[in-house]
Amino acid sequence: MAAQEQLSAIKRAKVLMVGAGGIGCELLKTLALSGFQDIHIIDMDTIEVSNLNRQFLFRQSHVGQSKAKVARDAVLRFRPNISITPYHANVKESRFNVDFFKEFDVVLNGLDNLDARRHVNRLCLAADIPLVESGTTGFLGQVTVHLKGKTECYECQPKPAPKTYPVCTITSTPSKFVHCIVWAKDLLFAKLFGDKNQENDLNVRSSDTANSSEHSEDVFECRKDEDIERYGRRIYDHVFGHNIEVALSNEETWKNRNKPRPIYSKDVLPEKQTKENGNKEKGCAADDVSAMVSLSLKNPQDIWSLVENSRVFLEALRLFFLKREKDIGNLTFDKDDQLAVEFVTAAANIRASSFGIPLHSLFEAKGIAGNIVHAVATTNAIIAGLIVIEAIKVLQKDNNNYRMTYCLEHPSRKLLLMPVEPYEPNRSCYVCSETPVSLEVNTQRSKLRDFVEKIIKAKLGMNFPLIMQGASILYEVGEDLEEDMVAIYAANLEKALSELPSPVTSGSVLTVEDLQQEFSCSINIKHREEFDEEKEPDGMLLSGWVEAPVDKDNNKPIGNDESTSNALPSGETLEGEKDDEIQETSEVVEAFTGKKRKLSEVSEVTAPDPSGPSSINQNKPKKLDIDDEADELIISDDWESLTKKKKL
Amino acid sequence: MDGEELTEQETALYDRQIRVWGADAQRRLSKSHILVCGLKGTVAEFCKNIVLAGVGSVTLVDDRVVTDESLPANFLILPHENHYNGKTLAEVCCDSLKEFNPMVDVAVETGDISTFGVEFFEKFDAVIISCCSLGKKKLINQKCRKLSKRVAFYTVECRGSCGEMFVDLQDYKYSKKKLEETIECQIEYPSFEEAISVPWRALPRRVSKLYFAMRVIEQFEDVEGRNPGETSIADRLGVLKLRKELCETNSLDESQIPDALLERLLTDTREFPPVCAIIGGILGQEVIKAISGKGDPLKNFFFFDAMDGKGLIEDISGPSTRS
Repeated sequence: MAAQEQLSAIKRAKVLMVGAGGIGCELLKTLALSGFQDIHIIDMDTIEVSNLNRQFLFRQSHVGQSKAKVARDAVLRFRPNISITPYHANVKESRFNVDFFKEFDVVLNGLDNLDARRHVNRLCLAADIPLVESGTTGFLGQVTVHLKGKTECYECQPKPAPKTYPVCTITSTPSKFVHCIVWAKDLLFAKLFGDKNQENDLNVRSSDTANSSEHSEDVFECRKDEDIERYGRRIYDHVFGHNIEVALSNEETWKNRNKPRPIYSKDVLPEKQTKENGNKEKGCAADDVSAMVSLSLKNPQDIWSLVENSRVFLEALRLFFLKREKDIGNLTFDKDDQLAVEFVTAAANIRASSFGIPLHSLFEAKGIAGNIVHAVATTNAIIAGLIVIEAIKVLQKDNNNYRMTYCLEHPSRKLLLMPVEPYEPNRSCYVCSETPVSLEVNTQRSKLRDFVEKIIKAKLGMNFPLIMQGASILYEVGEDLEEDMVAIYAANLEKALSELPSPVTSGSVLTVEDLQQEFSCSINIKHREEFDEEKEPDGMLLSGWVEAPVDKDNNKPIGNDESTSNALPSGETLEGEKDDEIQETSEVVEAFTGKKRKLSEVSEVTAPDPSGPSSINQNKPKKLDIDDEADELIISDDWESLTKKKKL
Repeated sequence: MDGEELTEQETALYDRQIRVWGADAQRRLSKSHILVCGLKGTVAEFCKNIVLAGVGSVTLVDDRVVTDESLPANFLILPHENHYNGKTLAEVCCDSLKEFNPMVDVAVETGDISTFGVEFFEKFDAVIISCCSLGKKKLINQKCRKLSKRVAFYTVECRGSCGEMFVDLQDYKYSKKKLEETIECQIEYPSFEEAISVPWRALPRRVSKLYFAMRVIEQFEDVEGRNPGETSIADRLGVLKLRKELCETNSLDESQIPDALLERLLTDTREFPPVCAIIGGILGQEVIKAISGKGDPLKNFFFFDAMDGKGLIEDISGPSTRS
């Protein structure tokens, strides 16, 4: 790396950063200090208080403003003469197309969700621009380099999907606290405060034939002259008492399981709550309303008793109706909504109590319900440094020296920063190697709509698909479509696959494209009659598309189960929602399971690489000789678990 | 901060990191006092990290006046706003650091800390020094060790694409959870002087070459009376000669300190910002661990070389302190 050459390459370079958050701030700073002069940065978020512990370019006074813009201004203060172009926008927008990407010499990702990463990956492949990817969680981090045709693309290796739970575990047989959180958040909270028109499984399988659906609706509606206190207790008794009794009546369910116990408000809180608490709310703005404040529960790290949880439940419910009436009916759970967090914590804890599951503090519950990723500044700084080092190599086309680097919490063979050579592209990757995938589906029952939502968008990550069979277009999305075509496509969505104008049956081959990602994929269809409701709730099975096994092992410590983005496979997509940054963690964990990746022995006494002069490794399975310690990476919100040794 | 509980403000601000190391650790951090001497790029990174982490106070020492030379790797120095005009590095960095976290006390101390008495150091929980001579390193380390209170001692040096960090936690006891049990751990650290006095032939066979290379340059500066970091490629011959002597004394083969490595260190004398970020980050983590008492601290050297991309720990200690 001759200094002058390097400096010129850096000065001339045009760099795109995607993400101006934890990694982004550190990265922008380091790029600027290293001599980069033309940086573009895309980020759709605004600044929040919880960012300030690590996103050091932002101040308290910036809360609410665009991250990309504020980051730019902050860096210009110490590097006034460079060019930084901010975009307060979603990288998935159509203006960030292949031509846009082609303008850059390298793309650097500092993202927090899988969806966006896959999107950028495809655009970089289409534009043939090098991509440096990265991720951090707590003390763990990694940097990977992706060059079309030379290394794996970001999707060559399986990336774990967000964790989902079977419906009945949530509605009837929870065994872990996270199941209670999902119930409280996605069922109860949604039922009481969310969109009434949404399907809700709250009374599924817990109502007997005597309850018609209309009767269930009545239960959750507040009656005209009903006292809020009474309403609260009625709801409490219905979900924690009545519904449990109904569940208990089904003996089968409890043959091999511990029975839950019904809980009634009169037993837990015999006397009616007094109006005293009302005085504490005077002068409270609607947003600051809090059951904890009202009840003088000061410490979010305390684990409340059943009595306290019940009080919070009733008080939070009361406060929603009294102070935030206008919100009721349009609320979705937001981790920054204090009252919502209090309600969900309390509800989850009462349910947990009923099922003999340990209770949790608000702090812990919030982390689980909000999919909060724990994060510190130091790891992001380290990763940013490593990204810039790789970026400089990319600019100098230093092909033999690219590396994936893993930042470990515990050293493996003295190494805290472990470099690994990149792999060759996966020949079976459906993204960069254009290998077809296969879909098993009941072509007579499943509709095109299901196929589009659950497979094309959710699993294959395409946002604006075009679906064809041979020369027939079955479906497409676009701005300049003719009206009659739009009508045909809309009608097609509601048809079963075998009923489509160009019928899709066993043996059909569909071609799906996303024009923006310039990505195309072939799907071989195979008809299958039956699907397991529990294991294959979508009624469709995609194979050849590599997905990492989602951990179903019930013995793992709680730390590993906290990614609950969309717990119920109800067909809602995760678009626009920040999903689990725990995935990056899983990727790092992946690296050390010994199953998927290879770690070269990096010391001087390595035997010569049998693959020849190229330093890019073949995908041959090789015996891993890393310490057991490296397998210890357990990701947890709980510090103690971080030091637990556990084999994966 | 009043009382034992974290304030609401702290809980909100530190939420994401409390989820990493816990509220207890955060409380301990908020009561800690850090002394930092030698404000180049790596140390600037480190200071940013610990201020964000929420330590109680950071005291900065660096009386050098800001010049254009100091700008490159130090993002705490703002060229425009009359930020430096005869101000010292410490003063300029102080102003910038305060902005990162108003809850942390950032202050400047003037003077040469090697002349300060032992009682000065007693105020601190950790002392970090950089850009100083071998003699000064040893001296400050000794002052830290003389106290009845344990004062953690760290040094960092970055040259071009390489960086070195040293840790001395003296006699360090901490506890950690291992499979439901709490176990007590104890690590004994040698002082800097003790560590570098360990005969080279007594060290494990595959010790990082960077360790030796840094010692050669360190010795050269000491013997020639150079200011730290001033040795350059012009001194190549002198440095190679010294290497030969040291290797002979230590019965170490000269190939263990390759020409290419020494030349790199002599050519790229300025700090390389990505390496500053990396070393500053590792240092930050280590100080946080030592103060909070949570996590296995590293013992006792950390090296990074952008050339091979490895960040590795070397245990350079005599038989009595070998873990």
